[in-house]
Amino acid sequence: MDGIFFQQIINGLTLGSVYGLIAIGYTMVYGIIGMINFAHGDVYMVSAYLAAIGIAVLSFFGLHSFPLLILGTLAFSIVITGVYGWTIERIAYKPLRNSTRLAPLISAIGMSLILQNYVQLSQGARQQGIPTLLEGALRLHIGDDYVQLTYTKLFIIVVSLLGMLALTFIIHRTKLGRMCRATQQDRKMAEILGINTDRVIAYVFVIGASMAALAGMLITLNYGTFDFYAGFVIGIKAFTAAVLGGIGSLPGAMLGGIILGIAEAQFSGMVNTDYKDVFAFGLLVTILIFRPQGLLGRPQVAKV
Amino acid sequence: MSTPLLEFRDVDVFYGPIQALNKVSLHIGEGETVSLIGANGAGKSTLLMSIFGQPRAASGQIFYQGQDITHRSSHYVAANGIAQSPEGRRVFPDMSVEENLLMGTIAVGAEHATEDMQRMFELFPRLKERRNQRAMTMSGGEQQMLAIARALMSRPKLLLLDEPSLGLAPIVVRQIFHTLRELAQEGMTLFLVEQNAHHALKLSDRAYVMVTGQIRMTGSGAELLADPQVREAYLGGH
Repeated sequence: MDGIFFQQIINGLTLGSVYGLIAIGYTMVYGIIGMINFAHGDVYMVSAYLAAIGIAVLSFFGLHSFPLLILGTLAFSIVITGVYGWTIERIAYKPLRNSTRLAPLISAIGMSLILQNYVQLSQGARQQGIPTLLEGALRLHIGDDYVQLTYTKLFIIVVSLLGMLALTFIIHRTKLGRMCRATQQDRKMAEILGINTDRVIAYVFVIGASMAALAGMLITLNYGTFDFYAGFVIGIKAFTAAVLGGIGSLPGAMLGGIILGIAEAQFSGMVNTDYKDVFAFGLLVTILIFRPQGLLGRPQVAKV
Repeated sequence: MSTPLLEFRDVDVFYGPIQALNKVSLHIGEGETVSLIGANGAGKSTLLMSIFGQPRAASGQIFYQGQDITHRSSHYVAANGIAQSPEGRRVFPDMSVEENLLMGTIAVGAEHATEDMQRMFELFPRLKERRNQRAMTMSGGEQQMLAIARALMSRPKLLLLDEPSLGLAPIVVRQIFHTLRELAQEGMTLFLVEQNAHHALKLSDRAYVMVTGQIRMTGSGAELLADPQVREAYLGGH
């Protein structure tokens, strides 16, 4: 019992930190233009393919040191995924900036379908995979029981936290971050002060996509397999995490991701694995009923 | 006459079917303090915002330093020396005083930021006390000071002020107008929109009176202060 509980905490933390990374993309885009980017899960899916391609190409050229392989792949995947994020915003959302709120939502769903079908056509419908790159595990004894923390999971947790810290630093301590926050808090005023808010919005999409690229590489390292449909469920889960933490709130997205990951893992361990998605979405419904603004979100105040 | 710093030529602005500005022409010379007075809803704030193209003029032209800026982006206008302390202050609620001030330097670069921030703290000592406080937690008067200071951080050639006295205690209003007078004496060009005409006219070299989107009257501050119609309509008949 104790063993399973702690083991599932580790598993949940691993999954949750990745949810958190993806949730950042949802929450930042929502914060800045008030739309849910339903194609974000598929951007993550694309990045999983890019990670696998990066790893394959680099090892083909004889790069076998794990840190170099990961750094090279990450750089490649973040740049290309960032370009995807930028392009999607440019062609699917920017032209609809001044139309109704629903229009970009519909084009987001369209974008999501386009990405899925494009990857299915170009990469095939079969599941793809990469071998385990980081072998071995730590065994931690708890009483008579023990839990296993694989190096891959440890790596995922540490890298996710570093990613989140780096982003928090950018948002709170740099000029780019101040420009993002100003655009989020009052776009018209930001314009008047000389900020090119269209460009800031594009940066936010690139930042969100980069975080998704980080998540895509980490998840691929852990599970090894993915397909063209992999972005859907994990995207909705990350969206749930963003709502749970309070959509629009950056620390909320990270916290929501970790809570959702741990809750889901505990449910799988204690109750039933088949119903873990039902449990996760049940949690979303409960949050929406009792605390619609989420854990760290602020209630919407109507502007007069 | 030399080229005015800012000039409106027959500017029309619409909100959907509603005409907010109707053939507005005015000019502001370098170093002048000009005010625009008029009732609530006359179109004064729209006029200020239209300089930044928000909303854009449907016809007519807006010139700045002799250059047509009618169709320029807001950030272009900001980067070329026009700053605004807008209606409703619009300080960034979730940012500290210092961060709000830094936002004022975006258009021109942060080269003089530290030095200028010190100067703002001298002009508005209250802001210094609150430098790390979030703007949303401050009083209306403090937010107004912050909005003006933020606009000044870009070292503008032309400072636009929309109702700097709105909703403030008389003592704070006097303090703000005192600061504006200092800025004018230093040679800054001020364009002031006010519903509270008394202070504005006393401060101004010239003024325009706006009624339902049209300029109805113009003259020196002193002339308009003495005008019986203006006194009746905007100065409470005193």
